[in-house]
Amino acid sequence: MKLRRRQRERLSLWLQYLAFVVIVGAVIVAADWGRLREAFFRVDIIQSMFPTVITVALRNTVLYTLGAFAFGLVFGTLLALMRLSRVAPYRWVATAYIELFRGLPALLVLFLVGYGIPIAFPEREIPGGVFGSIAIGLGLTAAAYMAETIRAGIQAVPKGQMEAARTLGMSHFTAMRTIIIPQAFRVVIPPLTNELILLTKDSSLAYVLGVTAQTIEVTKFGRDTLNDRVNATPLLVAGFTYLIITLPLSQVVRRLELRYAKAR
Amino acid sequence: MTTTPPHPAVEIRDLHKSFGPLEVLKGIDFEVGHGEVVCVIGPSGSGKSTLLRCVNLLEEPTAGKIWVNGVEMTDPDVEIDAVRRGIGMVFQSFNLFPHLTVLDNLTIAQRRVLRRGRAEAERVARDNLERVGLTDKAGAYPAQLSGGQQQRVAIARSLSMDPKLMLFDEPTSALDPELVGDVLTVMRKLAEDGMTMMVVTHEMAFARDVADRVVFMDGGVVVEQGSPHDVLGAPQHERTRSFLSRVLDPTHVAQLGQPD
Repeated sequence: MKLRRRQRERLSLWLQYLAFVVIVGAVIVAADWGRLREAFFRVDIIQSMFPTVITVALRNTVLYTLGAFAFGLVFGTLLALMRLSRVAPYRWVATAYIELFRGLPALLVLFLVGYGIPIAFPEREIPGGVFGSIAIGLGLTAAAYMAETIRAGIQAVPKGQMEAARTLGMSHFTAMRTIIIPQAFRVVIPPLTNELILLTKDSSLAYVLGVTAQTIEVTKFGRDTLNDRVNATPLLVAGFTYLIITLPLSQVVRRLELRYAKAR
Repeated sequence: MTTTPPHPAVEIRDLHKSFGPLEVLKGIDFEVGHGEVVCVIGPSGSGKSTLLRCVNLLEEPTAGKIWVNGVEMTDPDVEIDAVRRGIGMVFQSFNLFPHLTVLDNLTIAQRRVLRRGRAEAERVARDNLERVGLTDKAGAYPAQLSGGQQQRVAIARSLSMDPKLMLFDEPTSALDPELVGDVLTVMRKLAEDGMTMMVVTHEMAFARDVADRVVFMDGGVVVEQGSPHDVLGAPQHERTRSFLSRVLDPTHVAQLGQPD
C-alpha cells in the first residue's frame, strides 16, 4: 500500500515525537531521583543560604557586572571612535587592541590586571579594590566586543545626519556627541544588553582575585557552601540566582528588538 | 535702506571638482548678489548639487576659489564651523534629527553652537515654526510628520541660526506631488523677505516665478544663465532647449524617441 504525501509527512512527524518522548522518558525513569534530590536539593541547605545569597552574593554580582559594563561602555565607545578616526595611528591602535583582547580569555585578562597592576605600580592601588580590579579586568575584554558593536551602530546612522549637523555649524565632535552617538546607541541597545548578560556570568571569574566574605559573588558563594556542606545543592541555588538577572534581561532584549523591527 | 556690502554673497572662481577620475565640475565662475534668488537647473549628473555642496564645503573643491560674504571658504585655515553658521542648507532628504522633537531640532544648534539660552533659543524656534506654519508641531517627532512638514521644519531649523544665505538642494524632489506646494510657498515667502537663496531644483514654475536669475548647467559647466524669462522662455543653447523640452513635455519626447 502506498501512502500519500500528506500521510507520509504526518507519519514521519509522529515518529519524531515518539522518539523524543521515549528518549526523555527513558532518562527520567532511569535516573535515581532519590539520590539526585539528596545531592542537589536539600531544603535545609537552601534555607541556610538565604538571605546571604541575595544580600551579599547577588548584590556583588550585580555591582561587578555593572562596573565592568560601565568601564567597557566608555572605553568601547572610545575605541569605536578611534576605529572610525581619520587619524591612521588611532585606527591601527584600536584595531590591534580589539583583535588582541577578543582573542584572550577573560580569565587571563582579569588575572593580569589583578596581579600585574599591583606589581607594575607598587605605590598605587586600583581604586575600589576588588570591585575596581573586576570592573577594569572584565571591562577591558568587554570593551573590545562593545567597540565593534558601537562602531556598527555609528555607521548605521545615515551620512546626512552628520552633514546636517555640520551645516548648522557644529564641530565634528559636537555632532558626534549630540547627534550621531545618541542615534547609534538606540540601534545597539539589544546587542549591548546581550553583552550585559555575558558579563553577568563572567563576573563569576572574580574568584581569581581572592574575594572575601564581603566581596563574594554568586558562583564563589555557591562553591564555598558546596565545600562546607559536601553537597551540590548550593550550585543549583547559584544557578537559579543568575536566572533572576538574566531571564528578565533577555525579555528586555526581545522587546527592544521587536520595537525597533516595527520602527523600520 | 541698508548699504550693500562691497563683496557679493557668493563668489566662485574657476571651480573644479573631481571624484576620483570623474570630473564633475569643469571650471565654474559664478556670483550670487545679496538678496538675489538664483535657481540652478540642469539634467541629473550635471554637477548642480555638487556645486551647491561646494559652497558650504560639504564637498572639498579640487581647484578654484569660493568666497561667501567675503570669507574665502577655500582657505585651508578658514574657521569652517564659524562660517557655516551663516549658511543655511536644506537637503533633499530633510535630514531632521529623528531622536529629537521638532522644537529640539530647532534649538540644539542654537544652544550648542550660538550658545543661546534655552528661553531665547525656544523663542527663536517658535518664531521660525510660525514662519513655516507649523507652530502646533513643536512637540512632535520627525517620524510623526509628513514629508512636506518635515521639509518645512528643516527650513525653520536652518533659519533659526539667522543665516545670511540659504542653500536648497532639490528640496521638493523627495516629496509626494501634493506636498510640494506647501514647501514652495514657504520658500517663496522667504525670497520675498529678501533672503539670499541658491536653489537647485526641478520645479520650473518656481524658477520662473520666484528666481531673479536662472542658471542652466550641463556636463559640469554653466551653459547659460539670465533672467527666468530669457533662459526658460527663449533659451539660446540647443542643450538648454533639449533639456527644457524633456522636462516640460516628457511624454512627447519619449514618443518621438529622439534624444536631441
